[in-house]
Amino acid sequence: MKHTISVLVENKPGVLARISGLFSARGFNIDSLAVGETEDPTVSRMTIVVDASDERVLEQIIKQLRKLIDTISVVDLTKKEFIHRELALVKINYTKENKSKVNHLLNRFKAGIMELERDTAILEICAESEKVKEFLQEVRQFGLKELMRTGRIAMAK
Amino acid sequence: MKMSGAQILIECLKREGVEVMFGYPGGAVLPIFDRLYDSDIHFILTRHEQAAAHAADGYARATGKVGVCIATSGPGATNLTTGIATAYMDSIPLVAITGQVKTFLIGNDAFQEADITGVTRPITKYNYLVKDIKELARIIREAFHLASTGRPGPVLVDIPVDIQQQSREFIWPEEVNIRGYKPTYFGHPGQIKKAVKLIVESKRPLIYAGGGVITSGAHQELKSLAEKIQAPVTTTLMGLGGFSVLHPLSLGMLGMHGTVYANLAVQNADLIIAIGARFDDRVTGRLDAFAPYAKIIHIDIDPSSISKNVKVDVPIVGDARNILGQILEELVERKKISDTKDWLKTIYEWKRKHPLKYEDKGRIKPQYVVEQIYEITKGEAIITTEVGQNQMWAAQWYKFSQPRTFLSSGGLGTMGYGFPAAIGAKVGCPDRIVFDIAGDGSIQMNIQELATCVCNKINVKVAILNNGYLGMVRQWQELFYKKRYAHTCLYNPDFVKLAESYGAVGIRVTKKEEVRPSIEKALQIDNTVFIDFHIEPEENVFPMVPAGEAIDRMIGGMA
Repeated sequence: MKHTISVLVENKPGVLARISGLFSARGFNIDSLAVGETEDPTVSRMTIVVDASDERVLEQIIKQLRKLIDTISVVDLTKKEFIHRELALVKINYTKENKSKVNHLLNRFKAGIMELERDTAILEICAESEKVKEFLQEVRQFGLKELMRTGRIAMAK
Repeated sequence: MKMSGAQILIECLKREGVEVMFGYPGGAVLPIFDRLYDSDIHFILTRHEQAAAHAADGYARATGKVGVCIATSGPGATNLTTGIATAYMDSIPLVAITGQVKTFLIGNDAFQEADITGVTRPITKYNYLVKDIKELARIIREAFHLASTGRPGPVLVDIPVDIQQQSREFIWPEEVNIRGYKPTYFGHPGQIKKAVKLIVESKRPLIYAGGGVITSGAHQELKSLAEKIQAPVTTTLMGLGGFSVLHPLSLGMLGMHGTVYANLAVQNADLIIAIGARFDDRVTGRLDAFAPYAKIIHIDIDPSSISKNVKVDVPIVGDARNILGQILEELVERKKISDTKDWLKTIYEWKRKHPLKYEDKGRIKPQYVVEQIYEITKGEAIITTEVGQNQMWAAQWYKFSQPRTFLSSGGLGTMGYGFPAAIGAKVGCPDRIVFDIAGDGSIQMNIQELATCVCNKINVKVAILNNGYLGMVRQWQELFYKKRYAHTCLYNPDFVKLAESYGAVGIRVTKKEEVRPSIEKALQIDNTVFIDFHIEPEENVFPMVPAGEAIDRMIGGMA
């Protein structure tokens, strides 16, 4: 099962290395990790998505995260109500032939065109991860040239 | 008052109560060494940085204070790492100071540059690279605080040489406040109540005590609890000395080379009270067959140690000493505690039937040597060990009765630990006899420290259990690899001459009747002494649980 863990950490060099090192040293897998500054510039928030089918593995991940000196708090959002978003940028072929189909898709997913040049478009979608995934499935038919995803960010309600 | 970075460091060390440092100079720590020259901190120059880290560790284990070591950048720093990892695995408070190349050169592959904070990230409790002299005093203060509180561990502080040279007003931070670090020291009252309920109902309780008992100084409370609830006590390797082996409730050590009766007790107990122990694989053997009938109470200061390997019924996070005090208090209220007489009867029967034993014939037996060291030192020596058979024989045959008397690399299993650790222990406890029980393989890993002993008049005794093999590996090869002794047979130097060449004393012992006189003689000599015991070459450590087996499936000792 996928778990979304929200971690408040000190905003200073080496912290990301400590977190990623913890995961690699103990053999935990990270699905995605997003970091950014919070309202307090000395604090960063990380949203980490992990795949932990075993409750005990999840418990260890959370305990090990808490054990880090630079970690201020750790919350498993999966156990709470929370909203989450992910941003993806996709470069596709955008031609006379597929134009209407693409536009239709964009409307359906509330996605947009960020950049347009000759036969190429960069699309943007910001949605829940499942929705992003669905969108990317559909968009493949137009010849997906490049893809970039941010990973999930999340906030408790 | 304005001070240089080096001066600030020394001033901070003094304010932290540092009396002794172990280390090795080099280009990137020259300003610090220049300050040490005038300082009243007792500095011990080792002959290898690894030994400096182990010596600081041995000092910390023997005294309970924070051990401090220092090395230069690059190779000096990387040489510390085995010692740092050793301290990390055994939760030993250590502050390691390293020099670093000048701040503007960091990342440029400068001469003697190593990213030591990167290297030591997974083997330190925390580490720092000081980038601004303004932060130096706070960092040193935090380093000592982190090393010595909560679950102790090593902290490394990397100080670029230009920071050591800059000057700045010295401000001592009175308080330490790290918002992400607030260890829990007292057990949750609800959990204490739950634990006590299990304890008073248990008919076959067993206390399983680890290094946490030593760290927190909980040995008195442990004794009170065991006696109050009449529960037998087994300790881990790290817990040796936390509960006297001479106590009738003691079962000695458990696990791979533990006593038969300790392991049988684990497998038959209905309640295990784990105190400052972490269910290491050398203790549990096959996990799914471990303690099949037992509920488990786990007391540990590190929440991440709880339910890591085995499922725990009542976790209690906090300091062992405090929590045992809380449990004892709660027990006073309870009038009825289950009778454990039948359980103890069964255990005494196991003890009688399966004692630790060895066949004392033929050449000198290592077990005999350890027994004689025990008798002659009246059980009052500080024993350090290397790793392998020597370590297990020391653990089994020296009857430890006091905390901080058994110093051994338990978690990492570092060969070469015992000799420098003995140096650290002797410096910290100059009035105690310090004996390193070594093997002929391990002793050669830090044998250069003979010079440190002789130059500083550090009087330690080293018993080399010399079997001409890397004995523990050979034992595994004998038992599990068809006696194919791949690269475990050693060609050794003449240890007597070698000791003498450093100005120490060497004694060779080849006959059993010479064992006692040699130990007695060594203790009379006011110098470091190597006693080279030529022991039975293929003696094995028994009993033994083969790797991956249930802990009651022991080889040797069951017959």
